Amino acid sequence: MIGFARAAGVAAISTVVLAGAAQAQTLTMAVGAPVTSIDPHYHNLSPNNAMADHIFDALTAFDPRARLTPGLAESWTPVDDSTWELRLRQGVRFHNGNDFTAEDVAFTLERVPNVPNSPSSFATFTRPIRSVEIVDPHTIRLRTDGPYPLLPTDLASVRILDRETHQNATTEDFNAGRAAIGTGPFRFVAYRPGDRVELERNDAYWGQKPAWQRVSYRIITNNAARTAALLAGDVEFIDQVPTTDIERLRGDQRLSISEVVSLRVIYLALDHMREDGSPFVADNDGRPMTRNPLKDLRVRQALSMAIDRQAIVSRVMQDSAIPAGQFLPPGSYSRIPDYEPPRPDPERARRLLAEAGYPQGFRLTLHGPNDRYTNDARIIQAIGQMWTRIGVRTTVEAQPWTTFIARAGRQEFSAFLVGWGSASGEASSPLRALVASFDRERGWGASNRGRYSNPELDRVLEAALRELDDEKREKLLQEATRIAMDDVAIIPIHNQKNVWAMRRGLEHTARADELTRAQDVRPAAAR
Amino acid sequence: MTVFLLRRLLQAIGVVFAMSVLVFIGVYAIGDPVEILISPDADQIERERAIEALGLNLPLWRQYLVFLGNALQGDLGRSFVFNEPALQLILQRMPATLELAFGAMFIAILLGLPLGLYAGLRPNSIGSKVIMAGSILGFSLPTFWVGLMLIMVFAVQLGWLPSTGRGETVEVLGMRWSFLTWNGLQHLLMPAFNLALFKISLVIRLTRAGVRETVLMDYVKFARAKGLSPSRVTFVHVFKNILIPVVTVVGLELGSTIAFSVVTESVFAWPGMGKLIIDSINVLDRPVIVAYLMMIVLMFITINLIVDVTYSVLDPRVRLESKA
Repeated sequence: MIGFARAAGVAAISTVVLAGAAQAQTLTMAVGAPVTSIDPHYHNLSPNNAMADHIFDALTAFDPRARLTPGLAESWTPVDDSTWELRLRQGVRFHNGNDFTAEDVAFTLERVPNVPNSPSSFATFTRPIRSVEIVDPHTIRLRTDGPYPLLPTDLASVRILDRETHQNATTEDFNAGRAAIGTGPFRFVAYRPGDRVELERNDAYWGQKPAWQRVSYRIITNNAARTAALLAGDVEFIDQVPTTDIERLRGDQRLSISEVVSLRVIYLALDHMREDGSPFVADNDGRPMTRNPLKDLRVRQALSMAIDRQAIVSRVMQDSAIPAGQFLPPGSYSRIPDYEPPRPDPERARRLLAEAGYPQGFRLTLHGPNDRYTNDARIIQAIGQMWTRIGVRTTVEAQPWTTFIARAGRQEFSAFLVGWGSASGEASSPLRALVASFDRERGWGASNRGRYSNPELDRVLEAALRELDDEKREKLLQEATRIAMDDVAIIPIHNQKNVWAMRRGLEHTARADELTRAQDVRPAAAR
Repeated sequence: MTVFLLRRLLQAIGVVFAMSVLVFIGVYAIGDPVEILISPDADQIERERAIEALGLNLPLWRQYLVFLGNALQGDLGRSFVFNEPALQLILQRMPATLELAFGAMFIAILLGLPLGLYAGLRPNSIGSKVIMAGSILGFSLPTFWVGLMLIMVFAVQLGWLPSTGRGETVEVLGMRWSFLTWNGLQHLLMPAFNLALFKISLVIRLTRAGVRETVLMDYVKFARAKGLSPSRVTFVHVFKNILIPVVTVVGLELGSTIAFSVVTESVFAWPGMGKLIIDSINVLDRPVIVAYLMMIVLMFITINLIVDVTYSVLDPRVRLESKA
């Protein structure tokens, strides 16, 4: 079949080239996750945020390595401990010609928490702001309760709207296009839910103008169909290339691949909550245990050490991941340099188990989703075998995400696989959400489903979140990460890679934050 | 006839009601939509806000009463995901699915009837054996696999047809239809054929069985003895009589094609209702799931009704019975 494909390829190349010359200005791309809203403040979801990046801009932005860069704000500085001053870009216009000013920023910050029916709003990013002061049309001051160093990072998720245009605009107005007006590199043309979004270039864009006059942003959720659409030349660019297809596409002369290690870490969460026995842990005769072995650091170390991460990465993930020993991939702000993933050592793991009082091991059920992360069900199968090898006889149970995540959120499991994408590109995001003590008032530990709690870590994290100096904050975040990792609060497995494929002749800047955007694609010759 | 229709209507209301209760409880049992919809970054306060915004903080029976109250006023709720009325979302997607389903039925009848007729009239010829063997494949090959193979062959290797998606549309009666443009037809052909494959086999087998049975009937023998031409015997006396089971099955199949063309729509990225329902189930978008299934129930009841009426047109005996 593949041989035949190659033969047919010659004919196909000529068509692709011809089509390429005729429509060099149009990009047809296909994404795997559906865009469900054009309203940039309705649903905080990666595919929607990726689409919002085409039409709208935020005050700050993330570069491809998820480091903060200027957006509609040219600079931001703390004027005192609880006030940030932002200088706004001048001469920026919305697609309808309106000027962008500080008024629009104030209006946007007001709208964000008040979008009706939002299933996941952006209010978390604006809540720290206590008051807004417009100094002049291009300077704005934002006050917070005490020092809040993450404000510029949070603002990268808040896309700016126009006070005149968007007063009383509803989500439906955005989807219908009436209100889909921003300052971004593309203008909105049409949105067909579940099918496609059509865009055209904003020739008055303040930043780097995109290479494409028109963009057809198509939604093809089926993996095989998306790959086929690329092979057939119906689309020129796809995201979320399935791991099984990567090798084949790499070998195809007509195509090229772009990839980058993402900010998403796949990890195992453990039950830290129960002292006396855990629901899916039993002794070797299948009887419930009187104490929870997962509370013992040596057991956690043994479990982590038993896992051969390199084997999972190369065999299960076909090298579209790198082994992880902490939250963030190399090159990220606040990653601990030289902190390697534990070396697989079943011998030592067995000794640790014996020291902890489990020379014969115990029984455990490892849970995980089967439709959420790349190869998720196969990863837990592999881990189950590795654990069984050190005497922890592991049963594996994979479930659809919808059922799985609700149960995980109710602390029903003992050990389970989940993933975390650090949207802000720094360790404060996973530290605060995954390993900080569960605390509703502070908004900490919201995804700490194993209920890990360590006062020492909380204290260091607290200090980090109050530290305005980037270098000092990085040290503190690294310290907090080290505390969590040394204590095996979670067991990191790997950082996924994001993989895109395109017809040869295109060039793509791969983004660590998984967003697929037309402005990151350009003809290779144009460089 | 009026009593008959009224009784059907009452049944319909009962079934729709039961369906809404079942789906409500079912979706509730699967999981918590907020866990799925909410951004992982959200903290506890934001989570609580979302639960309240979607009305999920109320006990299930109160959620249901709220839904019922609104439904009686014609409001089936707003999608959690799209923040648009569920019914409107479904209706938006309906033309795509309808043209796919009717396209598939059209292909099924166009190919199935003549092939079945041939196989029935010449059961021992090689041609009819090939047809029957082919129909077994049509039954047993999984739709998604055939779909992918079609894409591989006709789109990737031969490049004759576009691989996926819906083509250009024109707006007629406020809805977007793609079968009226050449580009749209090209996009429609492969998914419609894929969806039709099973139905072609079904129609072939039904037709063949009917023909085999009917040709032995006395009235056919009599027609022949009367000296009627073979084509008149076939197309008037045989054909008319085998149509009844075919119409029944085609009618019911049309219903299930419209309602459950999920696999084909996913493989071909066809933006229809099947795609919508599967996406909605994945994120537990309850308003859409409930509205969709209620609509499907209504549709099946209507189709059954139409089938019954068609019977009476095709078969005078049914007419006589209902008059008596």
